[in-house]
Amino acid sequence: MSSCHLGKDKTQLQVNAIQEGTVIDHIPPQNLFKVISILNLQKIETQVTFGTNFDSKRMGKKALIKIEGVFFKQEEINKIALVAPSAKLNIIKNYEVIQKLPVSLPDKVSGIIKCYNPNCITNHEKVTTQFYVLENQPVMLKCHFCEKVMTEEHFVFI
Amino acid sequence: MNLKNRNFVSINDFTREEQLYILSLAQEFEKQPVRNILESRVVATLFFEPSTRTRLSFESAVSHLGGKIIGFSDASSSSISKGETLKDTIKIVSNYCDLIVMRHYLEGAARYASEISVVPIINAGDGANQHPTQTMLDMYSIYKTQGTLENLKILMVGDLKYGRTVHSLLMAMSQFKTTFFFVSPRELMMPEEYKLHLQKLNLSYYEHTDLNEFINEADIIYMTRVQKERFSDPLEYEKTKNVYILRSEMLKNTKPNMRILHPLPRVNEIDVEVDEHEKAYYFAQAQNGLYVRQAIIASVLGVI
Repeated sequence: MSSCHLGKDKTQLQVNAIQEGTVIDHIPPQNLFKVISILNLQKIETQVTFGTNFDSKRMGKKALIKIEGVFFKQEEINKIALVAPSAKLNIIKNYEVIQKLPVSLPDKVSGIIKCYNPNCITNHEKVTTQFYVLENQPVMLKCHFCEKVMTEEHFVFI
Repeated sequence: MNLKNRNFVSINDFTREEQLYILSLAQEFEKQPVRNILESRVVATLFFEPSTRTRLSFESAVSHLGGKIIGFSDASSSSISKGETLKDTIKIVSNYCDLIVMRHYLEGAARYASEISVVPIINAGDGANQHPTQTMLDMYSIYKTQGTLENLKILMVGDLKYGRTVHSLLMAMSQFKTTFFFVSPRELMMPEEYKLHLQKLNLSYYEHTDLNEFINEADIIYMTRVQKERFSDPLEYEKTKNVYILRSEMLKNTKPNMRILHPLPRVNEIDVEVDEHEKAYYFAQAQNGLYVRQAIIASVLGVI
């Protein structure tokens, strides 16, 4: 990772080094590993590079992930909005950024996180969790089943 | 208005108009509670957690309408004790009946059941979450005693942090320009999310730890039990346990229209002397549950 942080030019070079794929930028550094886990990147077989604690004008510090040869469906990428609402996706083709996409939190989040309420039915029977998004920033979710409202500090990813 | 086949899981699933419609039906059932409209209908009462009062109220409501009842009053007498899942129990039982009334110790159990069952589900309490027929009977009692639901001042006393009845009643009554007074020990104050809800609706609410503070302004006093197990510090409980007891002498300067409600069971938070006071309404409130439950059962079965 330290090699990603040699200087601005070097960072730029690393980003551009993808021929085709996706760069996820503006990830809050503390949630980098959550993003990796949500997108299941540990199981990807193409090249994945990630870096963290880069200087960012907007965020102070930021993290980014570059994934070679993979393009995500919108609903897949929206899952990371829970932990990285300000993340931007750069779609790279032929070494060029051809599209920049924001992530957006869906109205309903299904099967990504556990309900934090130990007495919720979803923690006792095999039920797919469902939450309604009440607020975007900070994210507040309401469990479809037990109706408890939870905030980011309670999120446990499945 | 048609509520046939609707599930009655959470008070929040019903619009203000639908709630008012159920209250108007309850009025009709109060005039004539014995009718043979459920002949050949079977209602299952599945009480995974015992609650004699609620179960008897539902069973009485069904019996007065001529329906048959199957079910269990305690999970130990069903195959749950053998490890059967809620999903399987509901799938099987919903083949045997026209309606399921269920109480469960887990939150969200009724919602989950409603997504599995082929017949409507009435939630008779799911853990600390919802008990919507209680909320409807509270609203009916308020309407009956005040002649309106609009612009009332409701004083809620006791465990406002964990009490599901106060939370649901707050949500329901916030549709009617209610002013709320919250009186509780510091450890059991109304949670922020409910206060935020009132702020968003521009409704006024006031908080205090002294029961005498708002008592003379209230149209309704809604008393709840302060339970020992809710306190992290047992000393704190000892200090407060006798502070939130309503006594006859405290009612001297209360408004003439004021009535005292309590979801029951009561322990000692309303002195027994108050029972004879003209402003005590909690036993009549329990009776109202019968008519409200008849109204709900009849509407979801589409027999009215």
